[in-house]
Amino acid sequence: MKAPLSWLKDYVDIDVTAEELQEKLFGCGFEVEELIDIGKDITNVVVGEVVECEPVEGTHLHVCKVDCGEHGVLQICCGADNVAKGIKAPVALVGATVYATAKDHVTVEGVMTIKKGKLRGIDSYGMLCSGVEIGVSGDMYEGADYNGLLLLPASCKNGEDVKPILGLDDYIFDISITANRPDCQSILGIAREVAAVLNKPLKHPDCTYKTVHSDEGVKVTDLAPDLCPRYIAHYVKDIKIAPSPMWMRKRLALCGLRSINNVVDITNFVLLEMGQPMHAFDLSTLSGREIVVRRAKDGEKITTLDDKTFKLNHDNLVICDGDKPAALAGIMGGLNSEIESDTKELLFEAAKFARDSVRKTSRALGQHSDSSAMFEKGVNEYTTELAMGRALNLIQALNCGTVTDVHCDVRTPYSHDGAKTMAVSISKINALLGITVPTEEMCSILQRLDFGVKVDGDTLTLDVPAYREDIDQYPDIAEEIIRMYGYEHIHGTFMPTAKVTNGGFNDAQKAENNLKRALVEQGLYEISTYSFYSEKDLDLLKIPADAPERKFIKIKNPIGEDLSVMRTTLAPSMLHTIVRNLRRGNMEGRLFEIAKVYLPKELPLTDFPEERKKLCIGLFGMCDFFDLKGVIEAVADSIRAKFEFVPSTRSFLHPGVCADIICDGKVIGYAGRLDPAIADELALERKAFIAELDYEQLMSCAQPFKYKPLPKFPEVTRDLALVADMDVTCGQIEQAIYGACKYVTDVKLFDIYVGAQVGAGKKSMAFTVTFTPADEAITPEKCDGYVKKILNNLSRNLNVVLR
Amino acid sequence: MIEEKIEELKRKIDETTKDIKSSKSLAELKMAFFGKQGEISELMKGMRDVPKEKRPEVGKIINALRDWANEKFDALAESVKRIELEELYKAEKTDVTLPGRKLPYGAYHPNTLVIRELVDVFAGMGFEVFEGPEIENDYYNFTALNTPKDHPARDMQDTFYITDELLLRTQTSAGQIRVMEKKKPPIKILSPGKVYRSDDDATHSPMFGQMEGLVVDKGITLCDLKGMLDEFARKVFGPSVKTRLRPSYFPFTEPSVEVDVSCFECGGKGCRLCKGTGWIEVLGAGMVNRRVLEGCGIDPDEYTGFAFGMGIERIAMLKYGINNMKMLFEGDVRFLKQFKD
Repeated sequence: MKAPLSWLKDYVDIDVTAEELQEKLFGCGFEVEELIDIGKDITNVVVGEVVECEPVEGTHLHVCKVDCGEHGVLQICCGADNVAKGIKAPVALVGATVYATAKDHVTVEGVMTIKKGKLRGIDSYGMLCSGVEIGVSGDMYEGADYNGLLLLPASCKNGEDVKPILGLDDYIFDISITANRPDCQSILGIAREVAAVLNKPLKHPDCTYKTVHSDEGVKVTDLAPDLCPRYIAHYVKDIKIAPSPMWMRKRLALCGLRSINNVVDITNFVLLEMGQPMHAFDLSTLSGREIVVRRAKDGEKITTLDDKTFKLNHDNLVICDGDKPAALAGIMGGLNSEIESDTKELLFEAAKFARDSVRKTSRALGQHSDSSAMFEKGVNEYTTELAMGRALNLIQALNCGTVTDVHCDVRTPYSHDGAKTMAVSISKINALLGITVPTEEMCSILQRLDFGVKVDGDTLTLDVPAYREDIDQYPDIAEEIIRMYGYEHIHGTFMPTAKVTNGGFNDAQKAENNLKRALVEQGLYEISTYSFYSEKDLDLLKIPADAPERKFIKIKNPIGEDLSVMRTTLAPSMLHTIVRNLRRGNMEGRLFEIAKVYLPKELPLTDFPEERKKLCIGLFGMCDFFDLKGVIEAVADSIRAKFEFVPSTRSFLHPGVCADIICDGKVIGYAGRLDPAIADELALERKAFIAELDYEQLMSCAQPFKYKPLPKFPEVTRDLALVADMDVTCGQIEQAIYGACKYVTDVKLFDIYVGAQVGAGKKSMAFTVTFTPADEAITPEKCDGYVKKILNNLSRNLNVVLR
Repeated sequence: MIEEKIEELKRKIDETTKDIKSSKSLAELKMAFFGKQGEISELMKGMRDVPKEKRPEVGKIINALRDWANEKFDALAESVKRIELEELYKAEKTDVTLPGRKLPYGAYHPNTLVIRELVDVFAGMGFEVFEGPEIENDYYNFTALNTPKDHPARDMQDTFYITDELLLRTQTSAGQIRVMEKKKPPIKILSPGKVYRSDDDATHSPMFGQMEGLVVDKGITLCDLKGMLDEFARKVFGPSVKTRLRPSYFPFTEPSVEVDVSCFECGGKGCRLCKGTGWIEVLGAGMVNRRVLEGCGIDPDEYTGFAFGMGIERIAMLKYGINNMKMLFEGDVRFLKQFKD
């Protein structure tokens, strides 16, 4: 929301600087995002009178003597075609800053500093300026558009600073307005706040007008009261379309709007000043001199002012005449009812359209305007009424037509003007704030904010201003008070009335923290990736069409296809992270992520889906499967669980390097090497290994900590070098060793050998077996017996023999 | 004669030990003289052939030899050991500037570190941690937070929808309602988690972390919110950091405030981090809206409360000086390995 300081000054006697006002607005809830000093680039430019002007032979130049008052009479060379003796124009003194223009004298190319110069051998001590050179347009100052000197009136004093004369001493406040204050999306709305914060009276804009009787009736019918709760129309005749006066053009220009003509400018001016979108129809184009507010018929068409044609449906609200749409309600007028230079009579519209309806239509059609933006923020009917008065007042002030007494005000059951009375408790307000604001101070603040205030003991009875639809209950009043009283009055206290509670992570959250610690201790870096990916990521992993991972939840309005599917597995995100690292030259890494996957109970989704946590581990670079397995075993150790790894397959893993991770007979995840075919497709220069475990199942394997007393007798170890057939797995041998003797508490492979010495199709494997005694010491003889049993078991079941 | 024999033996010992350089060969040599079959032992055995009256004298001589030999071997052992040690030192001399071997140590994601630090700060004040679902329905994410359909505040957030009813939560505030529906005051919870908004540019990410805090009890005031935030600012950003409240708007709190902390980089004088203002915006907060309490079956005339919400990435970026939010989601190991616990 842009508010020029000069405009605000029309309504409030502002006696502080722009910076001070910015500070005050900030304090009461209106952050000035930018304070624009519109003349900041222009310095040392004064009024000069050309007292002598002689042409320079053979050039378009004139050499002038310019009286600059206290700055002296300066010799200045000037190339403008309108330089002449007796004129007054802005003079940039030596050292002044002005805008540099291109050869066309119109295009601004930055800021320049004026230096003493020589043109065609003639000394020049400054520059006579055009409007462009000092940043003044024709809408800011009459005649400033001329491509020559900007002529100043004779009444200006020589040597005087030109900035106040041209309005360059102005500031524009670009203010961010919170969603609860649509009433402040206007100059008047900001002025109300400024008046309150400066404790000054508000000079309200004149909304009165005189009418002339007319017998020419106008009929208004509202067939969609839910979308148009209020519609006011007023008939104005004897229209004289003309340019707007300078003061109005300047206001519009400061807010970034171009002047069109008096009638159109009035609608725009009222929108800026009051925050109420207005529309003016050329009444002669409205068939039957009537307005019908209704939903569009499916397939009905309208061409708007900007010559775009839209096909409508019953969700779109249109303003029609006797038979056709004449405006897209609240968004833009129709081309067919546009105000033209020969328009003689018009119908003003000030209405309230439901914000949702305007928003939906505006979005659906892709057609936006200042009007639709305002309706989307919210318009109150108090302002709707006021704005019509203001527009008619301006018609008279600008002398551009005759205001008739034909006024149609359609109120519907959905209409309400917002004014209300409420009673609030002073002590409750103070209790919420935690401080005691003096009652007189409360009353003063609320009165400044235009509330009617009556005090009766602890009760404040308030007449809420009609435009304050955000005021609902006593905390709203507390907020009004504290934002004006000042948040610096709020001092920190430490919940003296609250009950003591026990805080921190719960057991499950602590367990997750511990798991992360175990992973970090294994040298893994934790990553965090987006919860959504593309269906193509599942294709990349060759996930079969009927796999559960393909039963996913889709986002209706994703940013793009690549972020459109809620993930059902973390593997693609991990793989992409690995790829990104390798492409950036990070050739090695160990990563993990604990995050949710989203599993629908049924599709399309009708109920909350299951959000299941997964642990995903990714290793890449100089590593092998056993690095990955080691990490997972460390995870198992950290929760005192034991996992088995059983050869398995996954669509995206190497068929020979892939295992199911099993705990208590349940598959809780997988681990393996990325299929070289996929690695090839992604042009990966290093091997990648991925494991994914179901977090809940993993944590359900956790065994509680229980202290075990140390054994009374020492443990005994024996090394066994075995020869096995090539296809016998290490896991099978370990199982057989454990199975043969109950005193075996640990079996550890320490060497593996394949070669001529053990024969073809065979391998040698060496294990350290630990025996832990129970009630009596294990003597060497006893141990020999156990080993014998183990060897028997091995040879019987696995054809494994001692080497 | 025995004397001659002894002299010869002495010479032999002198001769054979002259070039001894290792304790092992010295021990072997000593064995050769003192062992069961050793020459000195043989001498002792020879006592049998010595006439009885001469035995004490001969014994004396032999004992003297043995003592002499023992002393000699001990002295030799000492010096050989010294030589051997010298050699060991020389052989094992290490270039201590060669790289060390360390166990790999990983790193937590900065968001994890920030969440833990925040929980740590608030746990001491009695806040429990609650985690709600990320796929929420319209009711918990908006309506129950005093943001019915058609509310202007819905435009403040670009929501990802799954169906008309189900959506990706845009704020962890959704969790507030779930807690208040189940738990009656006193309530003190923190709710960290992922939230989603359809925004994707240099300073926005479609997924980011938020931490919501909620207190509901008897007599809770805006001053209590301020007191708690002061404590938070001091613990997270530094002991001299102050907070500033300024008016703002959230549908689920009233009054609502934006909370700034004094710039911990420049101490409030104005610098690049605080864009010259001396203050840094860190979170939004306010007193829980009465309608929100009512909707959860909590009597707003009996209880009041406050809520606050902050962006995890924002805190991480401020704390660690990370200038690009995207880095937090890219998983670049060069970035990650810097964040030790």
